[in-house]
Amino acid sequence: MPEVIIENVHKSFGSVEVLKGVSLTVEPGEVIALIGRSGSGKSTLLRCINGLEKINSGRIEIAGHTVSADPKQLRELRRDVGIVFQSYNLFPHLSVGENIMLAPKIVKNIGKVQTRETAEKVLQLVGLSEKFDAYPDELSGGQQQRVAIARSLAMQPKVMLFDEVTSALDPELTEEVLNVMEQLARDGMTMILVTHEMSFARRVATKTIFMHQGKIWEEGPSKQLFGDPQTPELRQFVKSDVK
Amino acid sequence: MILRTFGFSEFGFLLSALLWTVVLTIIALSGGGVVGFLIALARTSTQKWLRIAAATYIQIIQGIPVLMILFLSYYGLSLAGLQLPPLVAAGASMTIYASGYLAEIWRGCIQSVPKPQWEASESLAMTRAQQYRYVILPQALRISLPSTVGFAVQVVKNTSITSIIGFVELARAGQLINNATFQPFRVFIAVAMLYFVVCYPLSQLSRWLERRLHARSHH
Amino acid sequence: MSYTFQFGVIAQYQNEILAGIWMTIKLSVASIILGCAAGIVLASVRSMKPGIGRILVDAYVEIIRNTPFLVQLFIVYFGLPGMGFRVSAVTAALIGMTINLAAYSTEIIRAGIESIHKSQIEAGEALGFTKLQIYRHVIIMPAIAKVYPALCSQFVLMMLASSVCSAISTNELAASAAFIESQSYRSFEIYIVVTLIYLALALTLRGVLALAGLWLFGRRVARRTATALPEVTA
Repeated sequence: MPEVIIENVHKSFGSVEVLKGVSLTVEPGEVIALIGRSGSGKSTLLRCINGLEKINSGRIEIAGHTVSADPKQLRELRRDVGIVFQSYNLFPHLSVGENIMLAPKIVKNIGKVQTRETAEKVLQLVGLSEKFDAYPDELSGGQQQRVAIARSLAMQPKVMLFDEVTSALDPELTEEVLNVMEQLARDGMTMILVTHEMSFARRVATKTIFMHQGKIWEEGPSKQLFGDPQTPELRQFVKSDVK
Repeated sequence: MILRTFGFSEFGFLLSALLWTVVLTIIALSGGGVVGFLIALARTSTQKWLRIAAATYIQIIQGIPVLMILFLSYYGLSLAGLQLPPLVAAGASMTIYASGYLAEIWRGCIQSVPKPQWEASESLAMTRAQQYRYVILPQALRISLPSTVGFAVQVVKNTSITSIIGFVELARAGQLINNATFQPFRVFIAVAMLYFVVCYPLSQLSRWLERRLHARSHH
Repeated sequence: MSYTFQFGVIAQYQNEILAGIWMTIKLSVASIILGCAAGIVLASVRSMKPGIGRILVDAYVEIIRNTPFLVQLFIVYFGLPGMGFRVSAVTAALIGMTINLAAYSTEIIRAGIESIHKSQIEAGEALGFTKLQIYRHVIIMPAIAKVYPALCSQFVLMMLASSVCSAISTNELAASAAFIESQSYRSFEIYIVVTLIYLALALTLRGVLALAGLWLFGRRVARRTATALPEVTA
């Protein structure tokens, strides 16, 4: 059974239609890269998947939950779906450890000892064990983003969403974040990522989806899609990225 | 009353009245703090009617004189059949006054917490109450300290208005002594100095907090 | 206990109310003009190089901002006669309001001046402006435009605070209310009516100030003024 089912989703901001009927299924363990120009609707699609944006019509199912407007159902969904943002969005008043332990403690009511264990484990996974007691403003952008990933992982999600997580980072910091994501993919996490890192998409994503003008313009296994683009729009897009 | 001069015992009387100014300020800030906090929450609620009701309350309180709040609660309470001592009327009206301003100050602080903080905490499956409790309010609190302390100075000063309904705090005590001594200049300068002694350190504290807040958010 | 509201009684006293409103308006407008003008001058002195002028202005601003308006009124009205200056209640009110508002205006405009970047002054010099032109067009006007909403909030607060002048028997709106109350004993009704009048005055004053802002500084400043609530300056 697919982990994510997106069916004919439409979304408008005012009179501007940004998603014009998008359908997509994702199997467990798949890594999906969403690519396209800014304004193509890829970030909006990602935010619709965990209910941060409300869809106008269509249906989204993820990890056994249906996306709805009901806050309680949305909370159930978000226990199983993690999201990482471009701007990290760590809680600045909490230490790294507290950032990671907060949601498991108050949302899942998991005890102190166990949340601490989990926190240490996910921090080790992102390679920041020694930063447990540091505060976000003492970390580099790349480190903050890795903590944000760890914070999501501590909820033990079934699906992870990544919204242009390296766009705010310098190239050398980008690498350390991508490495963490690649490790996650290898460990079998179902992932959907909006990204500008074409080589990363090509190497890590099982499938790449090129969005254009609110629609899925072209999709396929990453190597095939990048190696032999079928539409002139994608050809243009891939070419402009190379330079 | 026999004519006296402004001496030590009169100054002692002013000091004891200053205590009532402080008590009234504490009542106003704690009462107004509780009410103002609830109104600030209503002002930032997802319910439109709550936001409008809170905004209306704030606009009204900030659009009328403190003196009128005082008269309305004084006469309003006695109309309701409650013969209350001036302290209660003064405390109630100062509470209402402070709530209208604190609500607006704190609304600003809550809304100055960046929107992504709401999104990040929402995405971690927190309820709205949990978002406020663990993520938004702790950050808003830090931002609110300078302006809240600054407003405390306004409250200290505005408690003097309760002297008009006969509550014996510092300003009223000054009037009483003046009536007995006919040394208005001396008496009221002394009164002003006592207010200054309370307010100036608070003003400086507010400024220091402001500078510290700026230093932290810009490094 | 049941109480029947009788607002009709108040209609008899409309002359007293109108006279009170008129006095409140006159005092407010006069103190706004004088206080703001004094604020510009004092803030300018304050922004010059350190010296005795700056110390005096700072002391003045701190003393006024850290003592109650009511006590300032008492000192002017009851205290000055002892030093040989006898003033009427209205004059005392005007002096008190101007002194008070001048201190707040100084502080607000000073903050505006400090927010003007050095580079803008240099740009003015590069364009061959005279010192006075730079001062007027590059420093003071942009500074006031920046802090205009805060300044207006302070004006509205001053208008509302003028009600306190009734305590020194200035016959403005709050004093009218007290007079009518003593005549009619309809205390709650009269204070409700007068409170609503103050609310209307506050909204009107804010509207007028927004229009003045539109005329002086253009649309963006005016919009901020219309929506701004009184701020609390520390």
